Amino acid sequence: MRVLIMAKEGEQSEAATPPTPDAMAEFQKFNEELVKAGVVLEAGRLYPSSQGKRVRFDGKRRTVIDGPFAETKELVAGYWLWQVRSIDEALEWLKRAPYDGGTFEIREVFEYEGM
Amino acid sequence: MKSSSTRVCEGAIAIGPRSGDATEAHRAIEAIWRIESARLIAGLARVVGDIGTAEELAQDALVAALEQWPAEGVPERPGAWLMGTAKHRAIDLIRRRKTLERKHEEIGRDVERAQEGLDRETAIDEEVGDDLLGLIFTACHPVLSKDARVALTLRVLGGLTTEEIARAFLVPVSTIAQRIVRAKRTLAEAHVRFEVPGGAERVARLASVLEVIYLIFNEGYSATAGKDWVRPALCEEALRLGRILAELAPTEPEVNGLVALMEIQASRLGARVGPSGEPVLLLDQDRARWDRLLIRRGLAALERAERLGGALGPYALQAAIAACHARATTAAETDWPRIVALYDAVAQLAPSPVVELNRAVAVGMAFGPAAGLELVDGLLAEPSLKSYHLLPAVRGDLLRKLGRSEEARAEFERGASLTENVRERELLMRRAAECAAERMAG
Repeated sequence: MRVLIMAKEGEQSEAATPPTPDAMAEFQKFNEELVKAGVVLEAGRLYPSSQGKRVRFDGKRRTVIDGPFAETKELVAGYWLWQVRSIDEALEWLKRAPYDGGTFEIREVFEYEGM
Repeated sequence: MKSSSTRVCEGAIAIGPRSGDATEAHRAIEAIWRIESARLIAGLARVVGDIGTAEELAQDALVAALEQWPAEGVPERPGAWLMGTAKHRAIDLIRRRKTLERKHEEIGRDVERAQEGLDRETAIDEEVGDDLLGLIFTACHPVLSKDARVALTLRVLGGLTTEEIARAFLVPVSTIAQRIVRAKRTLAEAHVRFEVPGGAERVARLASVLEVIYLIFNEGYSATAGKDWVRPALCEEALRLGRILAELAPTEPEVNGLVALMEIQASRLGARVGPSGEPVLLLDQDRARWDRLLIRRGLAALERAERLGGALGPYALQAAIAACHARATTAAETDWPRIVALYDAVAQLAPSPVVELNRAVAVGMAFGPAAGLELVDGLLAEPSLKSYHLLPAVRGDLLRKLGRSEEARAEFERGASLTENVRERELLMRRAAECAAERMAG
């Protein structure tokens, strides 16, 4: 199955403070391990929400809202697309990630429509 | 909204409702096994010398985990725990073996060496990678039958249970269990060394590895038997093995070629099955449903294969053919002359009647059905295609395009009688019926 990992890293990522070299190295090591295990399909980091936009739909009306967005704890700072055999496997991998804050969400991606 | 339970993880121990802990631990163990087993077996095999013993030691460690973790919690570094547990058993085993074989003073030295070898705490990534490569090469050793290589690879590298492999291949569990036992025995009897082969041997051994991975992929992509036309889980296993191999051997063009081929073919998995499970052939597929991510990954892998230099091998060439389809926004835009040229190259490198048949299809598309039919007719006497259902299927298609509906109908019916796959048989019978209707109308 394919799962999307949403990194809700909270305010620290919103402030766009660059991570320390040590933290970066540790993260890279973890990411490399995932790639070597054939797990990572895709990965990306997002710019702070201050550079983002939202479009709200209400009937025919579209309202554009400029960032930064208020709910800082829920803001996604990065994502991964993983190929795993089960949610449990994704969970075991994610628990090994070298983070000390934030919430990471695992969601299964809908695949093979009609099968 | 359903209420979700919040679990607080203190270090490694999950605190939650007591009743769910045991099953939760079992699920965690299953997932950890999936992540760790190949590395575990590979590391042990390097020390004990054969993958049969290594796998048994790893299984023992798994049993220990199943006994202890549900009560004590999953350790913080489960991989290291499993290796540590297996290591103790390995040392016991080596001690017992040496007592039988050698003088006492030598035992100490061997045990010491084993201890060093098994200390994964200090193992560098490169070493782990070599162990894994060694495991792949051993499980896919040409001394084993194809069936045995497939079963053993899924077991020791995929971390699949015998039951899971049996289910995937629609055969009894006992058949797979026997295959694996026999495979281990064959490896032991042939004194196959646990190593990454070099030089000329490497080329032949690598070909065997790639063959096994592609066999697994194909069994998922166009199931030879059963009621499902595709079994995506097998494709995913094969892709994962291919991706791991490409990380371990990034400079092998054909490894990248095979990965490219599988990624691009897998991009069509969702589109090649209709709403009621029936096969949808390539040119009839809704290309909007092709998986762009997999196409992108496939094209990137193909580019890597091409960049590594030299003439493209059979897998990279087939990937290049798949890429021609992937790049065409509509079926009508397909660059058929290029596909014919690529099949010419495949036929030179790895000539086979099946390749000739595929080439005939491409010729039919590029230069008209009469040209295609001439080539197909040349294959009618080919003994290896005698019971291959796609020969009459292709011939039927070309005859139909030439307006020879009655002959086409007979070919589709013959094709239907030759396939073991229910879905494919239905598709061919439907085409036969269409031909009969065309004839009535004409």
